[in-house]
Amino acid sequence: MEAFSRRWTALAVAVAVLLIGTPAQAKTEIHFWHAMGGQLGAATNELVKQFNQSQSEYEVKALNKGTYPEVLTGAIAAYRQKNPPHIVQVFDVGTQTMLLSGAIYPIFQLMKEQEIAVNWGDFIKPVTGYYSKDGNLYSMPFNSSSPILYYNKTAFKKAGLNPDKPPATWKEVGEASKKIIAAGAAKCGFTTSWPSWTMLENTFPWHDQPFATNQNGYTGLDTKLLINGEFGVKHIGQLAAWQKEGVYSYGGRMGAPDTKFISGECAMDIQSSAVIGGFKKSLKFEWGTGQLPHWGAPYKKQNAVVGGATLWVLKGQKPADYKGVARFMKFIAEPHQQMWWHVTTGYLPITHTAIKNLETGYHFKKNPEQWTALSQLSAKPTPNSLGHRLGNFVQIREAIESEMENIFAGKKTAKEGLEAAVAKGNAILGEFAAANKP
Amino acid sequence: MSADGALTASARVEALPRIAEAPRRAPVDWGAVAVHALLLLCVAVIAFPLYYAFVISTQTVEEVIARPPMLSPSGHMFENYVEAWTRAHMARLLWNSAIVAVVSAVGKIAISVLSAFAIVYFDFRGKAVAFWMIFVTLMLPVEVRIMSTYEVIGDLGWLNSYAGLTVPLMASATATFLFRQFYLTVPNELVEAAQLDGVGPLRFLWSFLLPLSWANIAALFVVLFIYGWNQYLWPLMITNTEAMRVVVIGLQDLIPRTGTHIPEWNVMMAAAMMALLPPVAVILFMQRWFVKGLIESEK
Amino acid sequence: MKRAVFKNRGLPYLLVLPQIVVTLVFFFWPAFESLRLSFFRTSPFGDKTSFVGLENFVNLLSSAEYYQSIANTFVFAFGVTALAVGLGLFVAALATQKVRGLAAYRTAVLWPYGIAPPIAGIIFLFIFHPSYGVLPYWLGFVTSYEFNWLLKGWVAMALVIIATAWTHVGYNIAFFLAGLLAIPTSVLEAASVDGAGALRRFRSIVLPLLSPITFYLVVVNLIFSFFGSFGVIHAVTQGGPGNATEIMVFKVYKDGFIGLNLGSSAAQSVLLMFVVIVLTALQFRFVEKKVIYS
Repeated sequence: MEAFSRRWTALAVAVAVLLIGTPAQAKTEIHFWHAMGGQLGAATNELVKQFNQSQSEYEVKALNKGTYPEVLTGAIAAYRQKNPPHIVQVFDVGTQTMLLSGAIYPIFQLMKEQEIAVNWGDFIKPVTGYYSKDGNLYSMPFNSSSPILYYNKTAFKKAGLNPDKPPATWKEVGEASKKIIAAGAAKCGFTTSWPSWTMLENTFPWHDQPFATNQNGYTGLDTKLLINGEFGVKHIGQLAAWQKEGVYSYGGRMGAPDTKFISGECAMDIQSSAVIGGFKKSLKFEWGTGQLPHWGAPYKKQNAVVGGATLWVLKGQKPADYKGVARFMKFIAEPHQQMWWHVTTGYLPITHTAIKNLETGYHFKKNPEQWTALSQLSAKPTPNSLGHRLGNFVQIREAIESEMENIFAGKKTAKEGLEAAVAKGNAILGEFAAANKP
Repeated sequence: MSADGALTASARVEALPRIAEAPRRAPVDWGAVAVHALLLLCVAVIAFPLYYAFVISTQTVEEVIARPPMLSPSGHMFENYVEAWTRAHMARLLWNSAIVAVVSAVGKIAISVLSAFAIVYFDFRGKAVAFWMIFVTLMLPVEVRIMSTYEVIGDLGWLNSYAGLTVPLMASATATFLFRQFYLTVPNELVEAAQLDGVGPLRFLWSFLLPLSWANIAALFVVLFIYGWNQYLWPLMITNTEAMRVVVIGLQDLIPRTGTHIPEWNVMMAAAMMALLPPVAVILFMQRWFVKGLIESEK
Repeated sequence: MKRAVFKNRGLPYLLVLPQIVVTLVFFFWPAFESLRLSFFRTSPFGDKTSFVGLENFVNLLSSAEYYQSIANTFVFAFGVTALAVGLGLFVAALATQKVRGLAAYRTAVLWPYGIAPPIAGIIFLFIFHPSYGVLPYWLGFVTSYEFNWLLKGWVAMALVIIATAWTHVGYNIAFFLAGLLAIPTSVLEAASVDGAGALRRFRSIVLPLLSPITFYLVVVNLIFSFFGSFGVIHAVTQGGPGNATEIMVFKVYKDGFIGLNLGSSAAQSVLLMFVVIVLTALQFRFVEKKVIYS
């Protein structure tokens, strides 16, 4: 019996020595769930690797959890099961859901409590505005982009258009399209990816038009959509008319329509600036970018709003871990990382310092397409163009897009379709307001 | 009939079903030819999508989008399959699918054999309650109670695990129902004789009942294997790492949605071919039992 | 029928235990949980919950979208069933001639049953693709109508119906052929001696004999397309365009899992369970009838 217990003691000592002697065990793990696949996923992993190598106390573990909605629902489920990741990447439309959840550790508070100095003033306003409440930043901007116009220079040349002058107004888009089709340079003029995001969520602030009441949802929960007004009907009505003529070709939701541009079927594509990196590799023709088209007077030219995603910190982890979370956040916001991230992926740099450094290096002169998206964000945002703060926005976007499809299919007029979208959207907003009654 | 006298016995057996038509037999039976032609047309229509998918999986991206469409295989099969295999982590996906299909099928058959045995061969208090508790689930697929089942799995801590992927699929009474029906057709004399010989219930199940049930078990296995292999909504919801995904869902990630390049339909189809091969092979190899099972289960 | 039974106190309980446990945990618990949740409004993170009575049901039953999803479900389910059972019956009608090699034909059409609906969906998605698909290309020679399922609801619906029916038609044919082989040759012979034509023979003799199988297949195909077809919709159309292919099961998933509206999703589950119970009752009545029939 004595021999037995002595043997166990020896074993325990050995195990203890082994545990203490292994330095890897001493590192605190920080779990980070994201939705970055393919090339973007590789870039994300590289960023994480750089952070892990830059210090020895923390180990960030990045994990691709699927698409944006899947990451969000996965994180929520994990939180409800009391096993959440430290950091989760949530797309723009999930912002209000996160803000009101009571599950988050706001980034400004995290940095303050962990005593890590951040110069918030250096962050560019149209990016932080989307994710701030009462002037405080709640989540760390990670991958931000805005929609721009991509055009096929080869097709433009063939149609006798100036390949260095992308159409700036919708009128010019229509005219250029008709010339391109007439010249047989392409089958259709233009297509649009992420239809609700490019054609409504961004087109409204771009023209300084309100998307929803309560300053697009920033000042209250009893928000109603305003997209069925005169501007919305005019814009979507024109798209519908063009769809009928073949000038515009609706190509589905998310990024699916891109294939129409890549294959040369459509000469223009309105899509996120984040695909620049991908297009550089895959496009077999000369191409360029222009700003999101504008309707011109009487509408004011405002700013586009950012899309993409931010990193949210979730509650429920060991207090000591949050120091590492804060240091990782600080790391990715530093100019060096910001510049690397922008050049590698095409997402926007989010601090003035990073942008200035890129300018000094003539980056935007050499890569004008990288400047287009930033140029759309230079105006000082108005209440109409700060961003959108709508609850259950995922569902609202879905409702809007299905009505856009009804309009483009000719089943409904622009007015009827947008009104139906508003009715559905308002019901969803009402549901969210009721579920989040204080 | 004596005209067939020269034929060997075995050939005569084969010819039997046609004997009735023999007197009217013309040099060519045009009716039969027409029927064959129509049947072949049906087969062709049914086979075309799969054939076309295979053709696509052997082409380059340029060939895939060429007009007019190329309807014959090209020479790039190998690289497409290798690409699909590595990019989608096919080995892992297929392994997971195989586990889900086999474990859920075997598990369901096992618990069903036992419960059907208890219900048919024992009298016990609460038998009626147990019977109805099981059979009320007969037609209620996992889809209609999906959100709550998800919560339950979460409470059990089974999210993203093989247990979570397989055990809930066993909560269906179809198999139990089939075994009960089958046991009821087993002659009463068998169990009486066994009891006279002093054979206990478990021994009876193992040595008498199971050997009789092999055909049913095999047929059920095919159906349940396919059911498990082709599960979609459930694994989509409860898995959240790539390492736990099954092949039918893994394919989904290859569907071009956010395309910054021409969608690689060829790679997509190569992956689809690999994903559909195992269940189709199971059907073809176990066809005899499967068809028998279909007919038995329909009784 | 009274059967000889084994006498044992504990064993039967032990034998039914696994199934009862699985059923309780994964059927009764979730079913009651759905029922409970359907009376509440829950915030996505589950931190705020309030009792709302029947409001979730009232909202559903007063929303046009829900009725559209019901209508879509019926169009889809009956479309799949009509196509898959119809084609099966057609093949069975051909086979009334009892030509050689029926078993070989059976093998040649049975295998699509093994193909997962989402995979079938992907294959048909490509065949129907507006830009690359072979079908729109061929149809382009016949008509200038644009078969664009990204925009035209009925084309999208046709696409998912055909893809789903494809996976099931072989199963139906196998059943019909099995039924056909069970019809005594003498019956058919007698009919042909009477000089009945192939069509009349099929209508007056084969069809009535196949009617129990037909009825069974209709029920099975309906239930399959009600519930088993989520994958096609999710993989191909995501309910679009304009909700045209949003069937009930997909809506349960979309509202609950993507929209995070647990209350409404649970209420939809409860209504679906009700539908299933009705279908099951019908099925049982049919089974009873069939017992009497045979």
